Amino acid sequence: MGESIRIELPLTQEKVASLKAGDSVLLNGVLYTGRDAAHKKMVEALERGEELPFDVRDQVIYFVGPAPPKPGQVIGSAGPTTSGRMDAYSPKLIERGLTGMIGKGLRSHEVIDSMKKHGAVYFGAIGGTGALLAKRIVSAEVVAYPELGPEAIRKLEVKDFPVMVVIDKDGNNLYETGKAQYRKE
Amino acid sequence: MLRSIHVDEITKAVERLCMEANYDLGEDVLSKFKENLEKEESPLGCEVYERLIENAKIAHEERVPMCQDTGMTVIFVEVGQDLHIQGGSLEEAINKGVALGYTNGYLRKSMVRDPFERENTGDNTPAIIHYEVVPGDTLKITVAPKGAGSENMGALKMCKPSEGLEGVIQFVVDTVDQAGGNPCPPIIVGVGVGGSMEKATYLAKKSLLRQAGEPHKEERLADIEREILRRVNNLGIGPQGFGGTTTALAVHLEVYPTHIASLPVAVNIQCHAARHKEIVLKGTLTGEGE
Ligand code: SF4
Repeated sequence: MGESIRIELPLTQEKVASLKAGDSVLLNGVLYTGRDAAHKKMVEALERGEELPFDVRDQVIYFVGPAPPKPGQVIGSAGPTTSGRMDAYSPKLIERGLTGMIGKGLRSHEVIDSMKKHGAVYFGAIGGTGALLAKRIVSAEVVAYPELGPEAIRKLEVKDFPVMVVIDKDGNNLYETGKAQYRKE
Repeated sequence: MLRSIHVDEITKAVERLCMEANYDLGEDVLSKFKENLEKEESPLGCEVYERLIENAKIAHEERVPMCQDTGMTVIFVEVGQDLHIQGGSLEEAINKGVALGYTNGYLRKSMVRDPFERENTGDNTPAIIHYEVVPGDTLKITVAPKGAGSENMGALKMCKPSEGLEGVIQFVVDTVDQAGGNPCPPIIVGVGVGGSMEKATYLAKKSLLRQAGEPHKEERLADIEREILRRVNNLGIGPQGFGGTTTALAVHLEVYPTHIASLPVAVNIQCHAARHKEIVLKGTLTGEGE
């Protein structure tokens, strides 16, 4: 694999524009976690006209429900979950300024259209490498919905967190191009 | 003489197996990673294999789960028909072991009590337990945690017998194709053909307990496994769905007699976190018996 691009968070529009599908990236700084239940709550809050528990502008959400930390660990194993389950909610957050998502697996057309329209990137982390990824997380703090346990929203500080640009803001999609490149009939 | 096992011994064994299954990836799977790293043509795909190998090493050395989705706890139990289980209920003993393993082992609890209400049970119970009564007087327990990412990509089709082998193969290949990167490829494809609807599904799941890539003992069926593997790898999905020539590590096929009008096919996809650990408990000889 080629050189990785090191990105400092927050993920501004300028940085979004510089990333292309297939780029290997090391993320540094603050990101937030959220999966099914937290997304549902956030979108319900928006529908009621309430504020989100954190300002999503220029932020990255990592779709993860970590394992509990062992004594001495800041977080337990923390690999990505299947992103498709967040498809119903992601466009609403992208509209509000969210610029990055980290997960694994396919996204819907609605999500990709919204990413193109507002400028956002979908990163893939390697699913099932939770032990390795947890070591790149230097701090973790629950900032919303503690009642959701592993699904609570956490603010994470990451150092050289390895991800791949799967879908860029122009809609280029590594899942499609990669598959087409190696498909044999 | 009669052999008997106390439920406490079963609980302790299950507790340990839950942890070991989640911390220690089998050598069979690891050597498949290494084998495929040599074969894979995509540089990104090779990178994925390197990370998987590193991840397994960290999990093993630091005694942490290789994947945060420590799964539903699927357990296969083979009870010898001459064995006596004493001190309480076998099912309760197993579930107690799961609760202890997931709590003391810092494993994630992912079970919800009701599929509609969806409230977490807090200790990953109940386990999904499959019992088989077998000749003998021992107890074999296999703990096989299964994450939802790959489990959700499984499928069943009640084929028409006229669709034949080609119809079966096509259904398996299509199922893997549609799953794409979701089930964390490289995967192991478990296939059950024949029997009734639930029998086919059970066979597909049970086939995943084989050593990764161990071919079916019957040459005819091993050939079908190889053919499905070839076609699955031609899909181009690759490790993690980033594109590549190795989407699956192996295909495991099991078959069973079926009805004259039936041809059920079940596909159970296993992610690369192919976890299963087993133990055979022998119990102790007691004086009583016939
Ligand atoms: S599919 Fe398997 S490897 Fe991927 S996140 Fe789920 S349990 Fe982990």
